[in-house]
Amino acid sequence: MAFLEVKNVEKIFKDEKRGTELQALQNINFSIKENEFVCLLGGSGCGKSTLLNMIAGFEKPTSGEILMDGKKIEKMGADRGMVFQQPTLMPWLSVQKNISFHLKLKGLSLRQQKIEAQKYIDMVGLTGFEKHYPHELSGGMNQRVGIARALLQNPSLILMDEPFAALDPFTKAEMQEELVRIWQENKRTIIFVTHSIEEALILGTKIIVLSKRPGRVNKVIDLDMSRPRDTTSTVFNQYKREILDLIKENKDQTEPKRQIQII
Amino acid sequence: MKSFEKEKRKGGFYVNLAVRSKSLTIKVIVPVTVLVLWELLSRMGVISSALLPAPTRVIESLMDWIFGTTGVAETNSGQWLNDAGSSAIRVIAGYSLAVVSAVIVGIIIGWWKFAERLVEPTIQMLRPIPPVAWIPLAIIWFGIADKPAIFLVFLASFFPILINTIHGVKTVDKNLVRAGGMMGANQWHTLRYVILPAALPNILAGMRIGVGSAWMLTVTAEMVAVNSGLGYVLWDSYYFLRYDLVIASMVSIGFLGFTTDLALKKFMEAVLPWQRGASIESTQS
Repeated sequence: MAFLEVKNVEKIFKDEKRGTELQALQNINFSIKENEFVCLLGGSGCGKSTLLNMIAGFEKPTSGEILMDGKKIEKMGADRGMVFQQPTLMPWLSVQKNISFHLKLKGLSLRQQKIEAQKYIDMVGLTGFEKHYPHELSGGMNQRVGIARALLQNPSLILMDEPFAALDPFTKAEMQEELVRIWQENKRTIIFVTHSIEEALILGTKIIVLSKRPGRVNKVIDLDMSRPRDTTSTVFNQYKREILDLIKENKDQTEPKRQIQII
Repeated sequence: MKSFEKEKRKGGFYVNLAVRSKSLTIKVIVPVTVLVLWELLSRMGVISSALLPAPTRVIESLMDWIFGTTGVAETNSGQWLNDAGSSAIRVIAGYSLAVVSAVIVGIIIGWWKFAERLVEPTIQMLRPIPPVAWIPLAIIWFGIADKPAIFLVFLASFFPILINTIHGVKTVDKNLVRAGGMMGANQWHTLRYVILPAALPNILAGMRIGVGSAWMLTVTAEMVAVNSGLGYVLWDSYYFLRYDLVIASMVSIGFLGFTTDLALKKFMEAVLPWQRGASIESTQS
């Protein structure tokens, strides 16, 4: 049995006010094994964030179901951690308190929280910033806090929604390296949403390419490359070409909004 | 580098003093000019003392009211602390009641759509009724002395705190709620550890407005059937044609309002450390 199964998932957004509906996702089927690093790749509006939100439990599929370890996902839970596009840290808490928030909910003592948090603060390279507030840190540093927070929670599944999109290329490259290192050391299952082909190829063990709206699974590509990934190597660029061709094929296929269908 | 810094600090004291005096001058120049003009015109007889007593007269009475030295304030001589205390107790009582009830009701309305639909229309109908209009009912219900005054102060401070709390709760970033939920927070956790801290800046802003309204109602509230307090002295002095004491009590109320607001501001700064130093200006670097 696969670790995560997405079965016949569809998502339709209804706009009652305007009387239109939007099909975000259609006929999504795939499964993920434990310890995989899966990248959901697609352009803007293809529904990849929606799909991630449904796996996280923030939204429900219009039809179909998502199963984790055989159990249907119904709501948010501590077994699925998420790193958001915007750091989404609690602005009134220090770096350390933000990271150990999960433990605070569980009722651990302040001392315990501090000790645990320190491990992850060091892991993401933020030693010395424990008492700083989010507004005192740069975007990249805040993202690292978000990642540390997800790691401390130690969920079976880590979801990441374009976490590096707002970073400059230098920080991005650094963070990608860090992430792969952390994943290799701690072996978690990661689902990573991105619109960058390069990023997907650098990070993932498997890429699921989504088409334009309504998002459908275009292709599932298993990546057979050694790490660290060399962006100039032949095999890397072969995969890149494969994906670029795929995108060219699906160029003008966006479906417009339609009137609400009364079934 | 080091000698340059030392030089800056040497001339620094005098430069600092000059800068500080300059900024103090700007703050003070308008009220001082007004006071001087007022005094001059009163002495010249242009402003009749029956209409507006001179500032020196006001200060004289105020001093006697506080210290009880000259007897100029007649029955109020030396009573200031007593009067200020009575008013303050009423304000604190009414205000505390307002804070507790408005924050709780505000969170409930802001968080649960059902509660909003149920309760908000009624509240919006009650809000425009000025506290003064409640005086007859307040007396009938609560009798005479402190209770109706506390009730009026409560009414005045309740609504601003409520509105701001509702706004604060409603505008909590949805992603923060999601982040909390994703880390395992249940409803109670979310309310206590995410919603409340996130809405706190708005709640405190409402509280600041509320404390101002509370003091404003002192005059109205003490119009009827109390026998001590700053507002009481105001009305009593008016009946006895002692307009200097009227102004003295206005000044006292303003002063106490100012100090409570300052205290609240300091409290806000202590409780909202993540907003320290944050301002529009600081984003333009």
